[in-house]
Formats: sequence, structure tokens, C-alpha cells
Amino acid sequence: MAAVPTVAPPGVFSGTANVIAVGVLLLEFGMFRQALLRDLVRLYAAQAGLISVLAVVVAAARHLPDLYALAGLSFALKVVIVPVVLRRLLRGLGARGGGPGWTDIAGSGSLGLASTVLLAIGVAAFGVFSIAALGLRSPVLPGTALSISVAVILVAFVLMITRRDVASQAIGLLSLENGVSLTSLVVAAGLPLFLEIAFLFDLLVAVVVFGLLIRVHHGRADSMSTAELTSLRG
Amino acid sequence: MLAVLILILVLPLAATAGCVWAPQRVRGLVTVVSGLACFGLVIAVAVTTAHRDLGYAGVLRADALSAVFLLATGFLYAAVAVYSVGYLAHGATSTRYSRRFWAGLNIFAWAMLAAPLMNSLALLWIAIEVTTVISALLVAIEDTDGAAEAAWKYVLIASAGLGLALLATIFAYYAGAQLLGQSYDLAFSQIIPVAGRLPHAPVQLAFVLAVLGYGTKMGLFPVHTWLPDAHSEAPTPVSALLSGSLLAISFYAILRFYQVASSALGPRFPRDVLLVFGVASLLLAALYLFGQRDIKRMLAYSSVEHMGILAIGVSFGAPIALAGVLLHVLAHAAAKGNAFMGAGVLVHKFGTKRLAAMRGGLDVLPWSGPLFLLAILALGAMPPFGLFRSEFEIVEGGFASASTVTAAILIIGVTVAFFGLAATTTQILLVPRTPPVRPPAVPAPPAVPTPALATARGAGGTASPQPDGAASARTPEPAAKAAAAAAVPRGEPSAWMVVPVLAGALVLLVLGVHPPADLTGLLARAVRELSGVH
Repeated sequence: MAAVPTVAPPGVFSGTANVIAVGVLLLEFGMFRQALLRDLVRLYAAQAGLISVLAVVVAAARHLPDLYALAGLSFALKVVIVPVVLRRLLRGLGARGGGPGWTDIAGSGSLGLASTVLLAIGVAAFGVFSIAALGLRSPVLPGTALSISVAVILVAFVLMITRRDVASQAIGLLSLENGVSLTSLVVAAGLPLFLEIAFLFDLLVAVVVFGLLIRVHHGRADSMSTAELTSLRG
Repeated sequence: MLAVLILILVLPLAATAGCVWAPQRVRGLVTVVSGLACFGLVIAVAVTTAHRDLGYAGVLRADALSAVFLLATGFLYAAVAVYSVGYLAHGATSTRYSRRFWAGLNIFAWAMLAAPLMNSLALLWIAIEVTTVISALLVAIEDTDGAAEAAWKYVLIASAGLGLALLATIFAYYAGAQLLGQSYDLAFSQIIPVAGRLPHAPVQLAFVLAVLGYGTKMGLFPVHTWLPDAHSEAPTPVSALLSGSLLAISFYAILRFYQVASSALGPRFPRDVLLVFGVASLLLAALYLFGQRDIKRMLAYSSVEHMGILAIGVSFGAPIALAGVLLHVLAHAAAKGNAFMGAGVLVHKFGTKRLAAMRGGLDVLPWSGPLFLLAILALGAMPPFGLFRSEFEIVEGGFASASTVTAAILIIGVTVAFFGLAATTTQILLVPRTPPVRPPAVPAPPAVPTPALATARGAGGTASPQPDGAASARTPEPAAKAAAAAAVPRGEPSAWMVVPVLAGALVLLVLGVHPPADLTGLLARAVRELSGVH
């Protein structure tokens, strides 16, 4: 008789969940490197695509048919509609400004790339270990994926904070929302469908409002940079 | 009674549609009618919920706690609707601006009235997210550089905060699903009865994330940074709603998490978390109140201070402190609404938001001047106004729960804040305009730097250019005096802008001197809900 291993190997479900969570985290790190706004949008869409795949996996593994619908909806919204809206917006602004068009280059970060990535690694490690230390345990919960999804959220904060143009900040916020969706799939897969749909609808409204405000900002400052946004203080 | 709940949700929406389609002159009337009707409906809900909870189809629910916040929002909606008629009557407002303003005001009020009626943590989150996107557009409506900047910072910071609040909601779901299984949808009526048996770690995480996330929208230090910008750049009626109502609604969400967390974890943990945020907000805001240059920013910091007081009050936990906190929500809504509406009249009168350019307010504004003074005294917790009673109860609760040191800090912070507000307010209201506009503290200015300073401030500091400030710096003294006196004639801009402030002062007086028995009953019931005693 072989000795019973003290740590059970992950099953198919939690293995897939972990791999996808790592993929989302890597894409989040990829956003730091990406200077073209167009490619930032692509990375965002790729993240959202991975999360839709995870939704299908969870639906199959846990027998939650609602999640198939959610996966489809979230794919349609976050992989197709939101990126299209964002690209339209960027292209429109580029055309109006007479600049280099929709391949507008994101503003430089307030830290160098290397320092930003080091900072993000530190923050991600903090997220992973602090969630692990809380000891949320349950038989259906892939703990590693949960820790990583919280790390994604924290790294998205770093992205939002260090980027200095409105479009990157908005995409950072959207990828933060991706991290929250990932967490929600991992810990709260049974959340009723109508709530998930309401969350997605809410996201759409937020994207429209962000688009409006980006347009307002671009119209006034004639650039995406937030360097001018310093008059209100005290 | 269920019809009332549904009407509260339908009326402002109908008014929004009305404001989009109706001709310009009718829009104000539609909003005023909707505001007053909603206030009446909200009072009906409050009277009923003092005795029993209301619910509808598992989606809508009103108990005593939600009724307190409905009352605050309903009152401000009505007051601000009346005020806005006067606010928009002056100055050239385009049809487009007027349509956006009125429709935005109504739908903003709708979202804020909907939030306390939601019967689940998730629906509550959605309602609060809706208030964010609507109010961000309202902050940007003035279409100035300052407004665009404030709106961007607001929507970004508040949305990030709400991202954390969503995470909190998800962890609360995880905690609840351990007991209630898959049929559970975060409804209060499901989670509150079983809160005592929830697993600890996820509830702790959820509570901290909720305080941080919703605290961002409530304006707690250190995530308050969007608040002064948004409050100062939004149109004044919107500032009043933001400060008196929107912040309170976020506090309501925190209270719902508190209700769950204190049953699950015992009172110690959630109270300690709120204590830290509350004390930091109170002290920091009290210090920021000194040396503000913009009247609306000053009032915004006063809001941060009062949100700190609310958090500290909950951290005391004694029933009398909780009753004080809920009364404070109501009194703060009335007082801050009054202060912003008064500030709006002052800004209109003097044509600038700069405090240094406002002098002799009592002379030129026979009604709004004294009413603004009363609002500031009320905010400083002077008797006989409602905030005196509420802060007295909070401090008493502090001593009752043996948190003597915190109670002392609270008293000191409130006093410092009062001096900060009072010093500036007495200057703009009581110092007559006959002495030079610029205070004598500036030592005999050489000719060159002063205009430079004035123009620099005019260009960079505030949104609108200040021709009269720059002129008075350049022209010789007597001419400046004459110009200033001629520029600001005595008289109120509009009766519409005085009546709601009078009503607010009356409410403050009633809350302070003798709150109606129904209200006391409502607060007592809400306190029992919050402390988990049924």
C-alpha cells in the first residue's frame, strides 16, 4: 500500500482554473510592456477570452448550466463589444486630433518599466501570500486560483496608478474588473445568473461613461495625457 | 404599501423621461413635483417601517435602517429640485444644458432612492455603481477644464473603489453559500438571520474590502481624494446631493456589511476597522478646513469630517451612539444641503468661488447670508440644531462604551473643525466690504507681483475667470471699493433659492429641539436591527 499523499494533486478542474488564472496574471503583466493602446485593448480582450473559457470549464465541472450562458454573454460583451467600442473611440480621437491615428502611443509611466514590473511582482506576491494566509478552505475551491486572481486585481491597481494617460487608466480599470470576474468564478460560481448579467450590463454602462469622459478630456486637453490634470488640489 | 415602494422607483424615472421630452419651462416644474411627491412617499415608508418591514417579490425591501437613508435622500431631492429652479433661472443656460441637468438630477435621485430599497448586497452594489456613473456625468456637465478633471478623477477612483466593493460582495456570497447553498442570492432576508454562523475568514475579508471600497465613495481618509474636486466642480445642486445623500448611501452599504460582520465575528473586529478610518478622516479633514481658498472645497472637507464622525459613532457600538449616528445622517443631509445651497447663492452673488473675494455677505444677502451662517453653526454642532443632538448622543455612547480616549479625540476634532469653518465663514459674512477686498495680511504689495498673483489664480486656480478680483488688485483703493460695491447690489437672486434653505433650517431645528415621536421610534428600531437585537 502506498502512503496516502498529504497534499492531493489538483484535479482537472482546479488544474485548469490555476492555469487560466496564471495566464490572466501574465497578460496583466504583459500590459505593462505594451505601449500601443491598440495592443492594450487586445490584451484586455485576450484576458476576457480566457475568463470566458474558465466559465465554460466551471460550468462543465460543477454542472452549472447557467454558466454556459454567462460565458457566452461575457465573451460577446468583453471580447467583442467593449474592445470594438474602445477601438472606435481611439480611432475617432486619433482622426480628430490629426495625430498618429488610433495607434496612439500610451503615455509613459510614472516609473520606469523595470521598476514598475518589480513593484508589480512585489504586490502580486503580497496578494498571493496574504490570501493564502487567510486560509479560505473549501472542497470546491481552487485555492491557488483564488490567490492569483487577487494578485491580478492588485497588479491592475499598479497599472492604473503608474500609467499617465486616460485610456491606459481606463483599460487598467477594466482589467481590474476582469480580475474580479475571475475571483467571482473561482469563489462564487453559483452566483445567480441575473446578478451576473446585471454586473455585465453595469460594465457596459461604465465603458460608455468612460468613453464619454475620455472624449471630453481629449477635447479639452487635445491629448490623452493626465499631466495637465493638476489644477485641483488642496 | 407596496405601491408606495414601486412609486418611489417609478416617479423619478418618469420625471427623467419628462425632462428629456418636455419643453424647457416645464422641466423644473416636473422635477419639483416629483421631488415633493417622493419626499411624501418616503415619509409614508418611514412611518410604516417604524413598526414593520416592507418587502416586494424578494427584490425590494425596506426596513427602518433603509428608511433613515430614504428620508435623507428624499428630503434633499425635494429641496434641491426647488433650489435648481432658481439656480438655472439666472445666466444663459442653453436648452441642451437644461435638458441634461434636469434629466441628470432626476435619474441621479432615482438611483440614490433605489439603493436603500434593494433587498440584496449585490443589487445594492449595482445601484451604487449606477449612482457613480450618473454623478460622474453630472460633475462633468459644466464643461470646464476643472469639471473634466474632477469628473475623470472621480469616476476612476470611485470605480476602482467599487471594484473592491464588488470583491467584498463576492466574498460575502462565498461565506453565505457555505450555509445556504446554491439557492442563495445575497438577499438580506436570507443572510442576516444566519449571519451568526458564517465562517469567519471570508466575512473578515469582505468587511475590510467593503469599508475600503464603499469608503472610497463615502469619502473616508485616505481614499477621499476625489471628493473635494468633485464637490467643488459640480453644479451646486449636484454638490448638495453628492454631499448630503450620495456619501450617506455608501455609508448605508457599509452599515449593511457591519450588520452581517458584527453578528458573524462579534462586534470587536468591525468596530476597530471603522475606528481607524473614522479617526483618520476626522482629524485630517478638521485640519484641512483651515486655509481653504474655495468655498465649496471647504464644505467638501467638512463632509469628510462628518463621515469620519459617523464611522467613529458606529465604532462605539453603544445603542445611543448608533441612534446618534442615524440622526446624524439626517441632520447632516439637511445641514450640508443648506450649506451648499447657501454657498451657491454666495458664489452666484460674488461671481467667484474664491473665499478671499467674498466679503460682507450679510449685507448683500438679507436671507441667504443669515441662513448660511445658521447652516455653518449647525455643521459645527451648535445647539439647538440637529447635529448638536446627534453628536451629543455619539459622544455619550463613547463614554458609555468606555471609549473615553476616542470620545475625547472626537470632541477635539469636532471643535477644531468648527473653528476652521467658523473663522472663514465669519470673514465672508461679517467683515464688511468697505475695507480693502484683499486682507491686510499681505504686506504692502509692490505693484508688479500682485496682478501677477491675481491673474495666475484667475487662470489656474478656479474655473471661471475673475475679472473683478484682478481689477481690484490693479486699480487704486477707492476705485476698487466703488467698483466692488457697485458690482454686488443688495438682494436675493431668487426666492426659489431661499425657500428650500428655510425648510432645511426648520428641519434642523425640529431634529435638534424635539424630534417627532415617529422618528424616534424609527431610529430605535433601526438601532435594534443594527445591533442584532430583534
